[in-house]
Amino acid sequence: MGADLTSLTLKAAIEGLKDKSFSSEELTRAHVDAVERARTLNAYVLETPDKAIAMARASDERRAKGEAGPLDGAPLGIKDLYCTQGIRTTAASRILEDFTPTYESTVTANLWRDGAVMLGKLNLDEFAMGSSNETSAFGPVINPWRAHNSNQPLTPGGSSGGSAAAVAADLCLGATATDTGGSIRQPAALTGTVGVKPTYGRCSRWGIVAFASSLDQAGPIAKTVEDAAILLRSMSGHDPKDSTSLPVETPDFPSFVGKPVKGLRIGVPKEYRIEGMPEEIDRLWQKGVDWLKDAGCEIVEVSLPHTKYALPTYYIVAPAEASSNLARYDGMRYGLRVDAKNLNDVYEETRGHGFGDEVKRRILVGTYVLSAGYYDAYYLKAQKVRRRIADDFEAAFQKVDALLTPTAPSAAFALGEKASDPVAMYLNDVFTVTVNLAGLPGVSLPAGLDSQGLPLGLQLIGRPLDEGTLFSLAGAMEKAADFRAKPERWWA
Amino acid sequence: MAIDAATVRRVAKLARIREPEERLEPLARELSSILGWIEQLGEVDTDGVEPMASAVAAKLPMREDVVTDGGDAGAVLSNAPADADGFFVVPKVVE
Repeated sequence: MGADLTSLTLKAAIEGLKDKSFSSEELTRAHVDAVERARTLNAYVLETPDKAIAMARASDERRAKGEAGPLDGAPLGIKDLYCTQGIRTTAASRILEDFTPTYESTVTANLWRDGAVMLGKLNLDEFAMGSSNETSAFGPVINPWRAHNSNQPLTPGGSSGGSAAAVAADLCLGATATDTGGSIRQPAALTGTVGVKPTYGRCSRWGIVAFASSLDQAGPIAKTVEDAAILLRSMSGHDPKDSTSLPVETPDFPSFVGKPVKGLRIGVPKEYRIEGMPEEIDRLWQKGVDWLKDAGCEIVEVSLPHTKYALPTYYIVAPAEASSNLARYDGMRYGLRVDAKNLNDVYEETRGHGFGDEVKRRILVGTYVLSAGYYDAYYLKAQKVRRRIADDFEAAFQKVDALLTPTAPSAAFALGEKASDPVAMYLNDVFTVTVNLAGLPGVSLPAGLDSQGLPLGLQLIGRPLDEGTLFSLAGAMEKAADFRAKPERWWA
Repeated sequence: MAIDAATVRRVAKLARIREPEERLEPLARELSSILGWIEQLGEVDTDGVEPMASAVAAKLPMREDVVTDGGDAGAVLSNAPADADGFFVVPKVVE
């Protein structure tokens, strides 16, 4: 029975726990075993099996007393960007290789409040900076998916590559992730999973290692749309410890899945039809349009004229914020310290050794665009273009209820393929980064396989705080797509 | 805008990151390529556009100026690279 339990959806597992078909301890053990057998994927950077079993037993006791919460007994994976009390948290960086938080992030605390069980900490790009998981100090995650007749290791995407791979390979029932420019949705697309980046401010950022604070947002990666809705319901909520956390009630997200979408107006932004995009992705996009038409939606072509400027805007705003946020890693209060002859040398050696190449590159870009003489030309300019991008969306949402786009410009690519060209790597986020700049919610769901047998995703973008409509639309598309493919378990 | 090795050295100094001499030229090329790609923002007319610093329009909340946390030096120091007698130990600041 052990292997079967890991292939359940979160929803089905919670039902099984309620029916007493199995205990959380059995469910958790099955996952602990699966995680152990899948080490070759490098999805987990820290396994916490003892803690998982202890949490599962406590959950079984709560359930016996009739005190079970909405996620009670469900084993989850946690991106190693979320601080977990007493459990090493590294952001996949050498500079935090021995950091053990004495506090718990709000989002993970919400999950434990609702009864979830932690299996361990998931790999990611260093400080969430990357689109292929190759910048991790622990080495890249391997995508569970392989092309037909090929053993070539592929990227699961990034930065939440560990989260996406773990969900795709049944190494957890769902995972936390974070999204600054596409880091939930792009890996979800590359692994055949569902990823939700909620409205900026929906989830507290407190206790999540900061990358670019005006863009960072927590969200789930899950096996189904409904599972993602269940997880997001528990993760969300106002938190006085994050001043940008929105003081709004959390809707009952799962109740939106399955609601009719008839009469909703869906925008198709023509600027997302970019040069060099594989025809398969274009065809899948059209399929998505047809599915929504069949469900009774009205399709409207819309224009988001500043789309092509979103990535260059992001690559000013995000590094600028990162250079400021990462100034805290100075080797004095926590993290790595490299001794040297004077204070300045200690700072420089610590940061020179502690940060990886991509993180250093972004800190340098950020420092440069914020430096005297360049601030107006780069940073201020980018903030103004950001406004124009947000205005484009606002105008579009006068006419439509949601937008449909591809999630990523390609399927999973080979590890190493784009590692040597930063700009080529940045282009992975061309369809996702606009949403972060405007603070909107976005969902990626698996829509089909390409001719190589690799998953492709479609993205729905919604109005601020309108995740509910996105869950209804994503639910309708999921039903129409009937995506049931799973990677072969070659790693086990 | 092309960035040269001297500029990389200066920016790395500002960012307190040690970059070995042989990395300065490659970094100058990488940063020039990134910034060259970013230059296309110059095409966008932004006259009179209000800069956008946050995705949340709401005013930042204020709270009472009272102590809400603290009093646990042990927890604060638990990840310190060096500490003694309840204090962080840092390299000599004043020569």
